[in-house]
Amino acid sequence: MAEKVLMKGNEALAEAAIRAGCHHFFGYPITPQTELAAYMAKRMPQVGGTYLQAESELAAINMVLGAASAGVRAMTSSSSPGVSLKGEGISYMAGSDLPALIINVQRGGPGLGGIQPSQADYWQATKAGGHGDFQVLVFAPSTVQEMVDLVSDAFDAADKYRMPAMILADGMLGQMMEPVILPEAGEKQPVEKPWAANGHQNKRPHNVINSLYLTPEKLEDLVLERYERYKVIEATEQRAEEYLVEDAELVVVAYGASARVARSAVNKAREQGKKVGLIRPITLWPFPKDTLKAAASHVGKMLTVEMSMGQMVDDVRLAVECKIPVHFFGRTGGIIPTPAEVLGEIDRLLEE
Amino acid sequence: MKDLNIVFAGFGGQGVLFAGKVTAYAGLLSGKELSWLPSYGPEMRGGTANCSVCVSDAPIGSPLVTAPNVLVAMNLPSLDKFIDAVEPGGVVLIDSTLIDKKVERDDVTVYYLPATALSEEKGLRGLANMILIGKLFAAVCCGEGERAFCSWETLDRALQKCVPARKAEMLAYNRQAIQLGATL
Repeated sequence: MAEKVLMKGNEALAEAAIRAGCHHFFGYPITPQTELAAYMAKRMPQVGGTYLQAESELAAINMVLGAASAGVRAMTSSSSPGVSLKGEGISYMAGSDLPALIINVQRGGPGLGGIQPSQADYWQATKAGGHGDFQVLVFAPSTVQEMVDLVSDAFDAADKYRMPAMILADGMLGQMMEPVILPEAGEKQPVEKPWAANGHQNKRPHNVINSLYLTPEKLEDLVLERYERYKVIEATEQRAEEYLVEDAELVVVAYGASARVARSAVNKAREQGKKVGLIRPITLWPFPKDTLKAAASHVGKMLTVEMSMGQMVDDVRLAVECKIPVHFFGRTGGIIPTPAEVLGEIDRLLEE
Repeated sequence: MKDLNIVFAGFGGQGVLFAGKVTAYAGLLSGKELSWLPSYGPEMRGGTANCSVCVSDAPIGSPLVTAPNVLVAMNLPSLDKFIDAVEPGGVVLIDSTLIDKKVERDDVTVYYLPATALSEEKGLRGLANMILIGKLFAAVCCGEGERAFCSWETLDRALQKCVPARKAEMLAYNRQAIQLGATL
């Protein structure tokens, strides 16, 4: 087995991408994500890849669009305000059925906001990455090891379904170091991309990558076909971790960094003999509705914990079809909730 | 071992992040679960810097240490900021060259070490952080204590992982500083 090494989340994301066969990175610096781009700048030349610091986020995402059109694994990374700027390109990639990876190391917002960790871009990632009818695959790691693992999974899923994928991380995960085991490079064979617009010496008709369709019927057909793919994804790609849910009276629902805080609170509650569990969505789109719906049949209530004013909580309520009460606790603006705060909320709800 | 939750805090440039990294690597090489989380942002440029390090037998939940059981304070603002948060029974290491103040709590064990003065006296300028690491491992991380997780040999291997190849000549000075701290 490969050696465990200590890595920052941002650097682990970058190394994992390179090992997953991504040799094209286009970015623009922004805290708290900058180490990712810096790492790419150092490593890409060593593997014969391309690192390019674009003149803006808009340029970077469109370079990703171009590279993905040519059939290579491409990615960009940024933090909240930068991801907003990339929204146009993400929509164009969805409309052109292009796979690529976008990483958002979230910070507090809105506007320039702050630079401390946040989860206030959940809605943007899962519902409003840009204009038009589309989804992107959204993965939410909660450890540095999971950041490594999900980068590879995200590229694979993006290629499989021909759509953009996003890793939704945050400043805490990006900046922290944990032990990781990195996969060997080149473990996976590159996927065939017969649709790619690359050189072919006139051996086949031209491939055209485009998102402009002026005939409404044609555009509707394309969107409908895309939504058929989304249905398959929703049926087969939902992922969540269940922790001590079986006998739980109350289940905390949290993803990413706040799931770590929630797990500490759940462990404390269990030490005190309270029947509390945790459901941690790993895919945010598709949202792991099935896991939540199943839990709602034997759990009394749920508490969603987020580093936002409450965004994922809407999806939790929809998933449990309002059969049980779903409460919310959050901190925002760059504040990380403490396990003690979450435990206080658990206690309050158990006494109700 | 009992969970070890440390805050290292001081001015940017004193090496508090590095001290945390050495401790984290010692945890890694000892086969423990661990996390290292730095403060980041404008405070790093000349202001205060700190990092949280957790070492445990169980997976780490929140890596942000809000109630440390060990505080390593290398300047007064850091001591003022974190001293009230230290868990009762906790350990506090203070660079007494730079902190001219006594801790008023009587439910924590405090070590006052003139680390900065000693580092200059012994030709180890800039390694006050490693003197404190020496004391930290002697008092908490090595040996028989309830939060001990590490051997001196493992700490030395951790140090080798953290000192970059281009600064290999610094390894011997770091070792001296750790030994000095361990005997204080």
